[in-house]
Amino acid sequence: MSRVETNGVEATATDVATAEAASPAARTPGFLWTFGLFRSELVTTFRRWRTIALLAVLAAVPVLVGIAVRIETGDGSSMGGGPGGGGGGGGPAFIAQITNNGLFLVFTALAATLPFFLPMAVGVIAGDAIAGEANAGTLRYLLVAPAGRTRLLLVKYAATMTFCLVATLVVAASALAVGALLFPLGDLTTISGTSISFAEGLLRALLIALAVAASLIGIAALGLFVSTLTNSGIAAMATTVGLLITVQILDQIPQLDALHPYFFSHYWLSFADLMREPVYWDDLQRNLGLQAVYAAVFGAAAWARFTAKDIAS
Amino acid sequence: MNDAAAIHTQGLTKTFRGGQVAVDHLELKVPSGSVFGFLGPNGSGKTTTIRMLMGLIEPTSGTARVLGRPMPRSARTVLPHVGALIEGPALYGFLSGRDNLLRYDSADRAADPRTRRTRVAAALDRVGLSAAAGKKAKAYSLGMKQRLGLAAALLQPRRLLVLDEPTNGLDPQGMREIRALVRELASEGTTVFLSSHLLDEIEQVCTHAAVMAQGRLIIQGPVSELAAGARGRLVVTTPDAADAARVLKEQGIADVVVAAGEGRGQGEGDRVTGEPPPPDRDLAELNVALVTAGVRVRGFGLERASLEDAFVALTGEGFDVAG
Ligand SMILES: Nc1ncnc2c1ncn2[C@@H]1O[C@H](COP(=O)(O)OP(=O)(O)OP(=O)(O)O)[C@@H](O)[C@H]1O
Ligand SMILES: [Mg+2]
Repeated sequence: MSRVETNGVEATATDVATAEAASPAARTPGFLWTFGLFRSELVTTFRRWRTIALLAVLAAVPVLVGIAVRIETGDGSSMGGGPGGGGGGGGPAFIAQITNNGLFLVFTALAATLPFFLPMAVGVIAGDAIAGEANAGTLRYLLVAPAGRTRLLLVKYAATMTFCLVATLVVAASALAVGALLFPLGDLTTISGTSISFAEGLLRALLIALAVAASLIGIAALGLFVSTLTNSGIAAMATTVGLLITVQILDQIPQLDALHPYFFSHYWLSFADLMREPVYWDDLQRNLGLQAVYAAVFGAAAWARFTAKDIAS
Repeated sequence: MNDAAAIHTQGLTKTFRGGQVAVDHLELKVPSGSVFGFLGPNGSGKTTTIRMLMGLIEPTSGTARVLGRPMPRSARTVLPHVGALIEGPALYGFLSGRDNLLRYDSADRAADPRTRRTRVAAALDRVGLSAAAGKKAKAYSLGMKQRLGLAAALLQPRRLLVLDEPTNGLDPQGMREIRALVRELASEGTTVFLSSHLLDEIEQVCTHAAVMAQGRLIIQGPVSELAAGARGRLVVTTPDAADAARVLKEQGIADVVVAAGEGRGQGEGDRVTGEPPPPDRDLAELNVALVTAGVRVRGFGLERASLEDAFVALTGEGFDVAG
């Protein structure tokens, strides 16, 4: 790894040295130089008080769910057993299983945060990505640096995706810690009724977290596009979160059945299929496909808008 | 570079949505190596011009060449050689001054990451911010923010510096430092394009200047020529201002103005000024006429026109904002 990096830097340095000598115009910066802006973007995003607050709220959800379940069942009465996936009964999916196995808190917490908390956090970060910088005036200095509009947009895109992953992992990790602390761990029963080992269960939990993170790509792309439309970070965040709520409501209206498969949130709960034996892939694939379409469509729209935009702030 | 002009615009025009013409057929030529003052009342289109030069906004029509290359098309190759301060500094308040510069430097794809920290430290040192480098930018004073913005423009050796009102918010000491910095950079061969409201500042540091009003270029050229374009003033310092004014008018001097008390600082009385007489008239005759009329003349002579006189003469209304 370190050898590769060294080579990369050397190659780039020679490139620029020769380019400098020949013509200042023909600079071809290497991968690492572009990576520098991505790293700076990550540092800037995660140092922001707001980002930390969002992650703290997300981390608190499993704690609250865990404590609530613990208090409910503290007097010895079980909350009822049996496979309880798919959102059957009251409360989020898998909640009835938690008392038997703390690992189920991971699934419950992800199911509880996916409809609103997680996409809202993503909407805030994505909505603020460009508009927030425009609002603060820092965008003009990034562009005259010059960051390059396409490069900057790609970096924002990548950083927003990274946030999707980090936010999901924060929920999962917090849930795993709380689950291990408050409940027993061990082999677990899938929705299909078969039994899998704890190690296998952990693997499934990781897969589910990845599926949930991938489910957020659509709203992230949408938020980034909205962010290129305005110079107000607040307006972009509010619009994105508003779109999220609207889509969630429309997805519940039976008369709009024909449209439902095109809503970014329609297949979100497909991640529960990873807890079947064997795994039921159809909806998971549909979800990933849909997220990819959103990423492509709104990514392209954001690019078209941002590269042609007058930066007058 | 085959093109000797650091900035060259032709017919550069920007019409904002709603029909506001901010810049109107601008023909600007900034010679390489000059310190170029860009003057104009509020709202005359200076910042809009600078934004077009930096590729931030698309001209409605016309072309702009910076360092010999067309903008905004060549932004990627031109801008690494350009340091800019546009309409005041913009900072990440939750980052320290140093981290702000590190971020701006990593945005520059042509900047070498291995020398980043040294260059940031050098830039901070150059604007006198080394001691406050670790402080969060939101805790900076206006002048400190302005200095940090300047530091961002100085992260690399630049061929062109574009400074939009660089001394805004600075204390007199800070202004002097900036002027010294501009002179130093110019002596190193950097072309400096400087917009300002402070005419004496332009007069002190600039070799060339252009004057804008309502989006149009009124005049451009070497500062010495611009100031010479405006005629100087005949100045009489005397305690007998009213008599002096009457005599001057009788002698055919136009635009006689009495500035009461202005000469009093030197204990000499008021200042009476007027347009200089035509070149064929001897100034001594005028003086004799004054003395003969019993005016106690304590000072008499022609004052060279300042750039401010030129500016007021050109824009008519001076520094009023056009609607
Ligand atoms: N984004 C915008 N949308 C519409 N009109 C604008 C915009 N930006 C500037 N203008 C208008 O363009 C004109 C020129 O503005 P500009 O900011 O270029 O002036 P300026 O010379 O920099 O003024 P100042 O000395 O106050 O900084 C003004 O009349 C202003 O109202
Ligand atoms: Mg301005």
